[in-house]
Amino acid sequence: MSRNILVSALILGVFGFIGATLVAVTEFGTHERILENERQALLRQLYEIVPKEQVDNDILAHPLTVNARDALGQESSTIYVGEKGKQLSAMVFEATVPDGYSGPIRLLVGVDSNGVLLGTRVVAHKETPGLGDKVEKEKSDWILGFKGKSLTDPKLDRWKVKKDGGDFDQFTGATVTPRAVVNGVKAVLLYFDQQKDALYKEYLDKAKTKP
Amino acid sequence: MSTSYREIVNNGLWTNNQALVALLGLCPLLATSNTAINGLGLGLATTLVLVLSNTTVSLIRNLVRPEVRLPVFVLIIASFVTAVELSMNAWFHDLYKILGIFIPLIVTNCAIIGRAEAFASKNTVPKAALDGLMMGIGFAAVLFTLGASRELIGQGTLFSGAHLMFGEMARSWTVEIENYKGVLLAILPPGAFIGLGSLIAVKNWIDKSRQKARKQVAISDEGKAVTA
Repeated sequence: MSRNILVSALILGVFGFIGATLVAVTEFGTHERILENERQALLRQLYEIVPKEQVDNDILAHPLTVNARDALGQESSTIYVGEKGKQLSAMVFEATVPDGYSGPIRLLVGVDSNGVLLGTRVVAHKETPGLGDKVEKEKSDWILGFKGKSLTDPKLDRWKVKKDGGDFDQFTGATVTPRAVVNGVKAVLLYFDQQKDALYKEYLDKAKTKP
Repeated sequence: MSTSYREIVNNGLWTNNQALVALLGLCPLLATSNTAINGLGLGLATTLVLVLSNTTVSLIRNLVRPEVRLPVFVLIIASFVTAVELSMNAWFHDLYKILGIFIPLIVTNCAIIGRAEAFASKNTVPKAALDGLMMGIGFAAVLFTLGASRELIGQGTLFSGAHLMFGEMARSWTVEIENYKGVLLAILPPGAFIGLGSLIAVKNWIDKSRQKARKQVAISDEGKAVTA
């Protein structure tokens, strides 16, 4: 009886070992490729916002991690810093707007050194298909309208959807989603305005210690 | 009680279709069937896992004692799913990102352990492999059909996102109906249930009318026999 149990346990153990080996071998074979894929996917996303010719550094090399829950909506946000000729030329912020129609909306917001928006993209959301999901670039051009806007154009009190007396279009049947995105982008711009120098200094320190 | 190859094919594709008859694996089925390509992607991944797990289970069927049989099957399936997941992440990165958590969830697709236990553990390797392939194709076909109809009705396109699976040249495969607003319901979760229900109804209807036709043939044969 106890011998039976032992044999069964042994069989189970052997298969556990074989399974783990299979997974380990696949992991080993795909690891580099997956990392490279993720890097490329991120780069593609960033270059869609920041024009390639506007940066000459490796924009992924020294990302900053900040905790600015009030402004960026998440405990830990990554900021990518772009330089041209050793001068700050772009920053791309990860930000989350908590008050979408059905949950948080995650954004990437790119700003140039003067605080002018290079572009915005929604990277994740749970908005209603056909209504709120028009914030996606694939569904509508709305999100492209942020390009070139800044805190002075339109004026700060016009950073609202038209329904609330501002300058930004809402969609037919969906006001909550665009309102949330406009607020989120505005918060990033305000944060950039306050923290730009401190952030760039932090980046330079980081780049110095780990070239 | 050995099943013929013909029967295995029939069972997998139609008579015992895992999605339409056994109603197994509904969680991934309903969740990833919003476009034709998503459906096809998860369908193919499931098929691959089914073939691999059925073959392996059949190979070791005389080695494993009945009392540890199920844990061993689960181990095998989980290892294969993880391997498939990593490979998809490496070679179909964009599609992988869309299908997301539903790939690891293939492990929980009861159809897979169901076939391992009900068929592969009692049959020879070629039969088990064929069973896995046919069950997988049957499942993938339902996923694809459901995905295609939901996509077509819901947003008026077909094969959107084909480039995620077949590379950049497939970008032009997308068919779009002009000036079609789309029926939102089809894309939302209820659309998945309604769609699957309709597919099951169609299958049952076809079965019924076939049966009727067979009966009528039988009756008219009898009639001939009597008059003769």
